[in-house]
Amino acid sequence: MREITFSEAICEAIREEMEKNPAIFTYGEDIAKQGGIFGTYKCILGKFKEKVIDTPISEEVIYGSAVGAALAGGRPIVEFHFADFLFTGMCSIVNQIMKIRYMSGGQGKLPIILRGPDGVARSAAAHHSQSIETVFMHIPGIKVVIPSTPYDAKGLMKTALRSDDPVIFFEHKRLYKTKGPVPEEEYLIPFGEADIKREGDDVTVIATSRMVLESLEAAKELEEEGISVEVIDLRTLVPWDKETVVKSIKKTHKAVIAHETWKRAGWGAEVASTIYEEAFEYLDAPIKRVGAKNVPHPFSPPLEEAVVPDKRDVVNAIKEVLENV
Amino acid sequence: MGMDLLSLYETMVKIRLFDTKAEELFLEGKIPGFIHSYVGEEAIATGVSANLRPDDYITSTHRGHGHMIAKGADVKKMMAELYGKKTGYCKGKGGSMHIMDFSLGVLGANGVVGGGIPIAVGAGMSIKLVKKSDQVVVCYFGDGASNRGTFHEGLNWASVYKLPVIFVCENNMYASTAYMPETTSVQDISSRAVAYNMPGIAVDGNDVLAVYEAAKEAIERARKGEGPTLIEAKTYRLKGHFVGDPELYRSKEEVKKFWEKEPIGRFEKLLFEKGILTEIKKKEIWDKIKNEIEEAVKFAEKSEFPPPEDALTDMFIDDRKYDY
Ligand SMILES: Cc1ncc(C[n+]2csc(CCOP(=O)(O)OP(=O)(O)O)c2C)c(N)n1
Repeated sequence: MREITFSEAICEAIREEMEKNPAIFTYGEDIAKQGGIFGTYKCILGKFKEKVIDTPISEEVIYGSAVGAALAGGRPIVEFHFADFLFTGMCSIVNQIMKIRYMSGGQGKLPIILRGPDGVARSAAAHHSQSIETVFMHIPGIKVVIPSTPYDAKGLMKTALRSDDPVIFFEHKRLYKTKGPVPEEEYLIPFGEADIKREGDDVTVIATSRMVLESLEAAKELEEEGISVEVIDLRTLVPWDKETVVKSIKKTHKAVIAHETWKRAGWGAEVASTIYEEAFEYLDAPIKRVGAKNVPHPFSPPLEEAVVPDKRDVVNAIKEVLENV
Repeated sequence: MGMDLLSLYETMVKIRLFDTKAEELFLEGKIPGFIHSYVGEEAIATGVSANLRPDDYITSTHRGHGHMIAKGADVKKMMAELYGKKTGYCKGKGGSMHIMDFSLGVLGANGVVGGGIPIAVGAGMSIKLVKKSDQVVVCYFGDGASNRGTFHEGLNWASVYKLPVIFVCENNMYASTAYMPETTSVQDISSRAVAYNMPGIAVDGNDVLAVYEAAKEAIERARKGEGPTLIEAKTYRLKGHFVGDPELYRSKEEVKKFWEKEPIGRFEKLLFEKGILTEIKKKEIWDKIKNEIEEAVKFAEKSEFPPPEDALTDMFIDDRKYDY
């Protein structure tokens, strides 16, 4: 199968759907002239002329306008530039996009996609490094997608583009250039179905985004020590696939949860307590969580490394869980 | 709607009687939450909406009953929503501040001050890029909202893309307890249009015909693709910010002075002068509308509350197996 990058996969999904559906248009900061700051719009550069639009730096309107655009018959894809700048338009997202359908008693549909980069780059420091997916999992009203591979990114983006509900789509900056197999034929990946990226028997690691890759590396390393690790990629956080997780726990009896967002009250806490609620009697050891240290992201490389989790943290967590049996 | 003077009058009376009734019911403890009365501001929504087609859009505010009625909303479904009943516009999930009817082009009354401005801009984008029609969007907001970021972001954006949005600032002199001249950098909010390179028009918001004319011009401009306009309708909030407001921030004399300028009595005078209205006709109109509002109250009171399980519906269109 051909291999393409994560960012090409996203662009392909958007291009293919825009070719089919004239209601789709996309806007955000700095997307039209160079194809986006991370090249996510390169494959549509110069295409769909008036449907790929650079906006003023006006986040409340960038996000809030998506509501009016959708209710008036459009299907807006809104790029959020950096996940950190979701906060500058947060009222529009949380109080309008995420609530208006419910508050209206279920009138209309809101085919809105908010998409863009999140996660650490390298030394981008605290205004350009955050992973904030948990916020949108906590507040009801939007589907949350956070893929780890080009294959998943394309299939999930296609599903998002055909969904009549609002979707927020997080693309990790360090994943954009990663390559992977993506079929030429069309396929869609449904929301709410986790993918078992690697099967194993001794311990389950539940991860998303970049931490899926780190966890796979950790699993490879531990394999040499005779430890068999199952890696589950949730792929979507709203809805999230409890069944696959619980089933795996019933097999391995041990769990590690790995995400890049802060450990404190990160989405791992939700997954952990769900496991305690629904599969406590199957657990042989307390669950371990891996997440960023609870500080803003520092600039200096050794400091950043100390804060952001990686393969080593996953390896250590797995070992601790196994020692606790 | 065209400009039929009697129908303008009837719309204003309907708004007045609806909100007067809502106030009464709230004070009787029959309506939960908050009621923000539009009494005294009826000429604005009425004059603007008389220029709108059913397929045009509006975004409304926490003080939105008048905007809804002028756009043709069903007072029964409005009243039922105020009561929190299942038969209301939003099945009891919105309430007074969030009445919506997307099929009527009402993209939501909004509990966030200035929250409707981005929504109006977005509707303008879809009209221009997807529908390619001559529909327009009217965006209502208060003087208080004109100090919010969304106002400045929204006007700049609508101007840059020449969107068919008419921004209607209802300057009723107060934002909750805050007196407009003490919180706003300009005397005329319409003068802010200069910064966004669009026409800014100040109009007497208690004169329904003046509002009608200003809106007509702005709407025609927008339909022709000539872009947005900012209309500042100068009016006065005759009632408290919300029903039950102790109104410690202003004097009774001030309020009394403005009652003399209220828009319905003033328009009535003109209609009498022109011979369009007579005492008999007037009584007929008021009785008919009073009756309609009473029917709405009956409908609301008779209607059922939503069952508790309805709290878990209506979030996503795709409701498969999702655990909220
Ligand atoms: C963003 C936001 N801030 C504060 C409030 C609380 N609040 C509700 S109405 C209001 C005053 C609004 O004044 P204005 O925009 O002039 O409208 P008016 O009530 O005069 O019609 C305030 C402060 C709110 N709902 N939303």
